Amino acid sequence: MADSAIPHAYVYLTQPEVRFLDAAADRLIPPDDLGPGGREARVSVYIDRQLSGVWGVHGRNYRSGPWMEGTPQQGYQSRLTPQELYRAGIRETNDYCSKQYDKTFENLSGEQQDDVLKTLEHGKVDLPSLSSKVFFDLLWRNTEEGFFADPMYGGNHDKVGWKLLGFPGVASGTYSAHLDNPEIYRAEPVSILDIQQGKAQVDAQGFPKHIMIKKV
Amino acid sequence: MTTKLNPVEVVVIGSGVVGSIISMELAAAGHQVLCLERGRMATPQQDFVMPYVHDELKYDRHSDIFQNLSRETISFRNNLRETALPMRELGSFKPGEIVGGTALHWGCNARRFLPYDFEIRSNLEAKHGKTFFPGDCTSQDWGVSYEEFEPYYDQFEHIYGVGGKAGNLNGDIQPGGNPHEGPRSREYPNPPTRPTPQGQLFAKAATELGYTPFQGPAAAMTRDYMNLYKNFLGECARGGFCSSHACSQGAKANPLTAVMPSLIKQENFELRPLCNVIKINTDSTGKQATGVTYIDARGREVEQPAGTVILATYCFNNTRLLLLSGIGKPYDPIANTGVVGRNYSYQTGGRVEVFFDDKEFNPFIGGGMVNTSISDLDGDALDRSDLGFVGGAYVAVSSAGATPIKSKPVPHGTPRWGGEWKKAVAHNYRRAFSIGIHGSCQSYRGHYLDLDPTYRDSNGLPLLRMTFDWHQNEQKMLHFMNKKCVEIAKAMNPSSYSVREPYTKYTIVPYQSTHNMGGAAMGADPATSVVNKYLQSWDVPNVFVVGGSAFPQNGAVGPTETIGMLACWAADGLKEYLQKPAGQLMV
Repeated sequence: MADSAIPHAYVYLTQPEVRFLDAAADRLIPPDDLGPGGREARVSVYIDRQLSGVWGVHGRNYRSGPWMEGTPQQGYQSRLTPQELYRAGIRETNDYCSKQYDKTFENLSGEQQDDVLKTLEHGKVDLPSLSSKVFFDLLWRNTEEGFFADPMYGGNHDKVGWKLLGFPGVASGTYSAHLDNPEIYRAEPVSILDIQQGKAQVDAQGFPKHIMIKKV
Repeated sequence: MTTKLNPVEVVVIGSGVVGSIISMELAAAGHQVLCLERGRMATPQQDFVMPYVHDELKYDRHSDIFQNLSRETISFRNNLRETALPMRELGSFKPGEIVGGTALHWGCNARRFLPYDFEIRSNLEAKHGKTFFPGDCTSQDWGVSYEEFEPYYDQFEHIYGVGGKAGNLNGDIQPGGNPHEGPRSREYPNPPTRPTPQGQLFAKAATELGYTPFQGPAAAMTRDYMNLYKNFLGECARGGFCSSHACSQGAKANPLTAVMPSLIKQENFELRPLCNVIKINTDSTGKQATGVTYIDARGREVEQPAGTVILATYCFNNTRLLLLSGIGKPYDPIANTGVVGRNYSYQTGGRVEVFFDDKEFNPFIGGGMVNTSISDLDGDALDRSDLGFVGGAYVAVSSAGATPIKSKPVPHGTPRWGGEWKKAVAHNYRRAFSIGIHGSCQSYRGHYLDLDPTYRDSNGLPLLRMTFDWHQNEQKMLHFMNKKCVEIAKAMNPSSYSVREPYTKYTIVPYQSTHNMGGAAMGADPATSVVNKYLQSWDVPNVFVVGGSAFPQNGAVGPTETIGMLACWAADGLKEYLQKPAGQLMV
């Protein structure tokens, strides 16, 4: 598993980092009989693209010092950008796993991986460069985004996140007629990516035509 | 080196809800108006098109319609003992930075303040005695009554095409509307929204408990509408992706749809985007403004002389520009002197989520502030004799269009991630909704805005520093509202419900509300206000400061309608002011 080829183009993340994130995403949102997990949803592709863009360097965030840790109420105060935070966070978590289990994160059992994630979440690992809670919170936030954001950002592959919820994606032009109607509206989700790629029909106002699903 | 331009009659700083309306009113009355906007130009046809506006990630987190904090932000601390640190990332609120301003992405919640809101201090002291307000509370009357404001609410509603049902027409209570509202001179320009199945459940439960539910007013068109300025607004498709988003349809009334098309046709009007005003200049006496200095898109410093300066930006920048320009005395909470930065307040919020295992809804359908509300827990309708708090809330079930990153309610006790979380999210997304609490927030002596001693913006100027925390009064109110909402929740007979416990401390991290108010309060007394009833600076009478900054405290219902009303009110005063010799204080 650890040596398997990675089928997508990654711009910022290295292959060991991708293996870490794929393993973590599959514990945070596991595959089960409801549908695929974080790995198959391509959460790591989403994170890679985010890290490669404006957000990855906090391009629209305030970045002048002095840098102080502050109170939790004062929000993000790390000197590190998300790029730097992921790079350091993955390395230092793997160092922690190697010490504790003699294995890197992706080679641990699922239960052990959950234990590591919980330890990070509760700030109980003393990572050298950053708060483990800050790392976990960012990882979980981005995993959730990568599972549920429009597939044009690289995650939510095959709209698995939206299918899980029954969320139809880009709205159709017919919603107003359903506003006060208790009838269940179930449609195959349509993404911005689908429309960009010509895979969904749109009306004159640009709303896609939804294909309705009969409930089984 | 500063380039000095030819003088203009009126310069308006900011092109949001206030700047656009004041510019329109003054330009239409024949005045020469220049509007300076720090953000970029935008037109709905080019910038906000389908399907790209239906992008939750962008508009929730990363959009360039919000303030770019890399150039300018605020700093924040909970109290005077802490060191304020910069807000490095957007969270609790989303100020705009674009032509159209913050109102470009508002949620269309278009409610009038109650008559009581404008006279809260005298109203509640008359009822409950002088000691009813907490000792450190600085909430005060506005210096203008609802009755005086009413025609300007009416005007704003006919610019923004508000849809609703009157509850009080010239004193006669009307079925179907809010019976507790102030008297209105005529019906809304557009019909109310239709209640969703979730709203109907709420209305039934609320009625059983003795409340009077109604469809809360909304400024997303309930039918095609030609507004007061002859701009066309199309009927809302209820496709969600609304609050925090721009609208592709032109159905959301905002500065770009409701005002700008007719404003840019005015020959005596000029809009200059990407011009960031850094100072209002005054003469050697300090009592007369001579114009403004701004940094243009190419980074050049430009001096723009003007006869009258209208500061019409977001609450934070109105206050900051006054402080940077030395206009008005800065507020000092320790000495309890000065006024600029005083009376900062926010918006109290809460919710109770209800889960129905046996029902399914279409939570993604909605937007444009489709909501069913009660106003019985606010204003004069609420008997506070035994409650011991100032203020109130409206309670509503709103169908904002549940988007999948942020709107996945799960019952209390569900793990935050993993298989159990995934199951709960999948089960409940279509089976739950929230009863929302939208509450007032009083102003207090220790909650204020001033200039940060350490952190600076990209021009080297000090950031605005915000000192704010939740006060016991608002916490008490929220606990009471939670209790009332649990009663309503139970009357709906859900499978389960969960109460979002109030934050014990204010945190700048999760999104809460873009309703930051005060800092340049209006009032009748220069000792406790920055501007008079015409929104005119007490200290420099050819400067007018209009917007959310003028609120001495925040009411329950959401401020945008009242901000828009203040723009109409101030514009009327300005038309009179501009007829007279410059620099006179209006009385």
